[in-house]
This record gives sequence, structure tokens and C-alpha cells, in this order.
Amino acid sequence: MSQPAAEPDVRLTTVSGGGRCLVLSGAWNLRGLESRLTELMPRLAAYAADKNSRWDLRGVEVIDHAGAMLLWRAWGRQRVANLTLKPEHEPIFKHLDIPAEPVPQAVRRGPLWIIESVGRKVLRVLDHLATMIMVLGQVVLDTVYLVRQPALIPWREISSNIYRTGTQALGITALVGFLVGVVLSYLSAQQLKIFGADAFIINILGISVVRELGPVLAAILIAGRSGSSITAQLGVMRVTQELDAMAVMGIPQTLRLILPKMLALAVSMPLIVLWTNAIALMGGMVSAQAELGIGYIYFLSSLPDAVPIANLWLGLGKGVVFGFMIALVACHFGLRIEPNTESLGIGTTNSVVTSITVVIIVDAIFAIMFKDVGIS
Amino acid sequence: MEDCVIEVKGLWTQYGDNVVHRDIDLCVRRGEIMSLVGGSGSGKTTMLRQMLGLEMPSRGEVRVFGISLHGSDAGQLRKLRDRWGMLFQEGALFSALTVYENVALPLRELRALDDELIHDLVIMKLDMVGIEPRHASKMPAELSGGMVKRIALARALALEPELLFLDEPTAGLDPDRSESFVTLIKELHRELQLTVVMVTHDLDTLVALSDRVAVLCDQRLEIVGTLDEVVANTHPFICNFFMGERGRRALEAVRAVKAIVEMT
Repeated sequence: MSQPAAEPDVRLTTVSGGGRCLVLSGAWNLRGLESRLTELMPRLAAYAADKNSRWDLRGVEVIDHAGAMLLWRAWGRQRVANLTLKPEHEPIFKHLDIPAEPVPQAVRRGPLWIIESVGRKVLRVLDHLATMIMVLGQVVLDTVYLVRQPALIPWREISSNIYRTGTQALGITALVGFLVGVVLSYLSAQQLKIFGADAFIINILGISVVRELGPVLAAILIAGRSGSSITAQLGVMRVTQELDAMAVMGIPQTLRLILPKMLALAVSMPLIVLWTNAIALMGGMVSAQAELGIGYIYFLSSLPDAVPIANLWLGLGKGVVFGFMIALVACHFGLRIEPNTESLGIGTTNSVVTSITVVIIVDAIFAIMFKDVGIS
Repeated sequence: MEDCVIEVKGLWTQYGDNVVHRDIDLCVRRGEIMSLVGGSGSGKTTMLRQMLGLEMPSRGEVRVFGISLHGSDAGQLRKLRDRWGMLFQEGALFSALTVYENVALPLRELRALDDELIHDLVIMKLDMVGIEPRHASKMPAELSGGMVKRIALARALALEPELLFLDEPTAGLDPDRSESFVTLIKELHRELQLTVVMVTHDLDTLVALSDRVAVLCDQRLEIVGTLDEVVANTHPFICNFFMGERGRRALEAVRAVKAIVEMT
């Protein structure tokens, strides 16, 4: 190990000829200067104001670009005439004359930037719609192709996707479903007690869970859980050029990657909805028993009378459509990811936000279309 | 006693039953360019990461500037990290920051320099690696591989390190670019009196830069020495590595240049 160098310092001396000489010593490198910078900078500036002084850098033990740049700036970005330094330090001063060209700043916004940015957003939404329709079209073509050649149906991919998006989501949907059931039942019970309409808890819970809450809750959870993972998976495949490798080998991407995911979600979503419904009703039942003293047997036996079966079919139908839409949106965003990590993060976020929005929009459409069905 | 910047003593690396390094001793001397060479999977990059404190050896010790990387206190290690720079194979530029911000980041982290000085230092470092100021506001995703490498080098040099680690510095560059990159590293090494530790597969880079070469194979350091000493070794891996078609070509070229230099 070399000896630690002395602290950087600058001293003013007068030479015999009457001129001023500035003697620098110590370690003029970043580590040495770090703590002394605030003190040294004004002193250097003051010394450098006299253009005729001589600078003696022979006492400097080490110097690096940071130290040299400090001196250079004190000298007014030029080499002073009377400079003596160690020959081995000479190369350090070679790079200091940096180009004065300014770093380009971000472009300023024009006066019409609001219109521009709105227009750009609209165009982007249209672009998204167009490519999404293209993906959908390709999937339809693939389906037709598979109907003609059933031997090529990717059963294994479909099955593994059902396991990943369906079976593995049972836990989280059960937990959320149960808690929502408990809360909904508890709050409704408080209100119903006032009117003495205790038995209507079964109608309220049954209709709201089976028709609305079950499918929407499940869809939102699946969009956040499986939708994001589909987008991220496709995005990573883009980043690592796996998608390109598939294309080069002539393996159709939509057939092997997109279609199985869509079919799998369309199959597993209604099952998840059924599961969430059951657990949420169970939560409601527990809460109703505790609050209103409605027995489990009574609750279960009056449920079929309170909730027309059409509601269940409607809920399951929604499940199929939601599953399909979530997979479509997730795949669409996954395929649009560009081969860099930043795009991967943005794409995944956008995918989840969009699929949840799409789920809620589709749910509203369902509500309007089927407003006369299942509610007597 | 040798003046070792990096001292590796009795280093073992083991993943389960798979032994990568078996009792390795190595000393990287001040001011030299040391190349680590070895076949794929021989643990070159692992060793580099152990020297940087990114991975922990199963047994043994790594000392950098006399400070043990495992077991020293956090303050000492932090100071140590200001004294070295690392050029990662893919550059590892922060994708969320512009070129300028990438190079300025280590300087800002010191919290001692004012913005103007940082600006001048960043522009100077970029100028040294041949990047013009107009590229400074670009994002890493907009740059070519060669530019990313050069900017990553500028970032590695930002804190004026005494020790520079290079992981495959010329991998992924075209011959012209790798030539100029090698020249750049050579110049910087001479001017800044850097100690350089380099992992490379590229024979031309190896021949052009190394003062000494350390060959890793069969879990051990087969030989550490100058290029001529290493080439004289008869271990089959070394023979294949340097005496294959490509190796001979690279060596012949460098010998011819040396001969010309000696004649004149």
C-alpha cells in the first residue's frame, strides 16, 4: 500500500523577482478534495484573479481529472502561462478543453401542446384498437384452422394455462370472496334490521353476489394476477428474442401462445366465478347467522327461491367473456412490448389497468343488455 | 513483498458439489493490466464478482487495497467502492436515466461537488470516451451497443478510480470499434495509472492489453505470468486456447508489430 497522501493545499509565496507564486501540495484528487472543496474553491478563485501569478504544481503528490478541472475552471478555462508541473501529471491536463457545445435540453412545448397531446392519445388508442382487432382476427382464423385439423389443437398448453390461471388462483379468490361476503352481509343486516325485513338478506346477498360481485371480483383478481403474468411472460419472450426465435422456426405465435391462453381463461374464468360465488355466499351466510340469527339450512333452502337461476347463467356467461377479454388485452399488450426493460414495466402496468377497465365496461354493457333478465 | 492491489488468498467457490475454484491465490500488482482467461464455466466472471464483493467465496479471502471485502465495516467498504470502477458486459446503464445522468450519478452520490463542476466532469469523461455532448440527453435504449459500452466506461471512470474492472470489454463490438476501445483503455491506463482487471475471450484484446495473464482451468489457476510465459506452458487448455488457428494469428500479429518497433 502506498502512503496516504497529504491533504490538498495551496499557499501563496513571493518569489525573489517580486512576482507571486502559488504553490500547490498534497493530493488533488477527488477523494482528497471531497471534504475540502468548499474551502478551496473560493481561495483558488481569488488567487487566480491575478493573471500574472505563477503556479507551481510540483509539490502535488497525485492529481486526477477532478482536481485538474477545478484548477482549469479557476484559471478561466485555459492553461495559465506560468505553470510548472511534474511531467507525469501532464497527460491529466490534456482532456480539460471540453467542447462548449451545450447539452440539448428537452424540447419546449408549443402553444398547441394540449391539442397535440390529446390527438396523439386518441391516435394511440385507435392504434391499440386496430392491433387488438388484428390479434382477435388471427385467433379466429386459428380457431377455424384448428376446427378443420383437430389433431393440432395445443391441448398441453391449454391444460397448463388452465392450471396456472385457474387452479392456482383458487386461494386468493376464496379469501377475497369470503371477506366481501361477510362485509356485504353485515352491512345489509344492519339496514334490514331497522325495517324488520331480516329474511331479505338472502335476496340481497344472492342476487348481488351471483349476478354482479362474484364475476366482477373474480375478473378483477384474475386480471391483476394472471393478466399481468401473461403480459410479462410475452414481454420477457420479446426481450430475450424468444418470440423472434419462434417466428424464425415457423411456429405460429398466436396458435401456440395466444390461443391457448384465451381458451384457458375462457374455461377457467366461469369456474373461478362459481367458486367465488360459493365462498362469498358462505361468508354472507356466516355473517347473517351471527347478526340476524338466520340458520344455515334456512339460508340454503331459500336461496333457489330468492335468486332465479337465470342470474347464475348470466354470471357464468360474464365469466367466459371476462376471461376472454382479459386474455386478449394481456396478450395484446404483451406482444406490443419493445425489447427493452423499461417498456416491459410500462406494458405490464398498462395491461392490468386496461383489462380491469375493460372488465368494468363489459360488465356495464351486460347490465344494460340483460336488465329484464333474472330480476323479477 | 509485492504491492498487491487485489490479493486473493485460498479462495474456494462451491455450488453444492460443484467446485468452481479450488484453493486459488492471486495477486494483482499496482498499475498492471491483468487478464483472467479460462474456458466457459471456468469461473472467470464469478471470480471478478468476488473481487467486487458481489458474491461471497465459499472459503478464503479477497483483499482489495488491503481491505478485506468480507468482514470489514460498512464505512470502509463504502470508501473502497469510490476507488474502483466496473464496466459490465452489457454496460448496465440505468435505463431510466439519460446518458448525462448516468455518468453524473456517482458524482452526485458523493454530495460534495456542485452542479457546474459535475457538468464539466461529465462532459469531459464523455469526451474522453469519444461521446459528443449532443448525445448526452439520450436514453440508453436509443443507443448502439458500442456507445453503451463507451458510456458505461465513462461512468466507471467518473469517480477517478485507481482500479478498473472490465468484463468482456470488446464483446459485441465490431472489429473496428473493439480496436478503438482497446486503444482507449490503453491510453486511459497510461494516463491515469490505473490498475485493470479484465475478463475476456477475445484474443486480440487479450494480446493487445495484458501485462500479465492468469489462466483459470480445472478449478485452479494454471499459470499467472506474462503472455510469453503463458504461451510457453504446455497445458492442453492453454495450447488449444493460444495455439489454435485464431490464437496463433493474434500472437503472430503482435510479434510482428513488436519486431518492427524493435527494429526502428
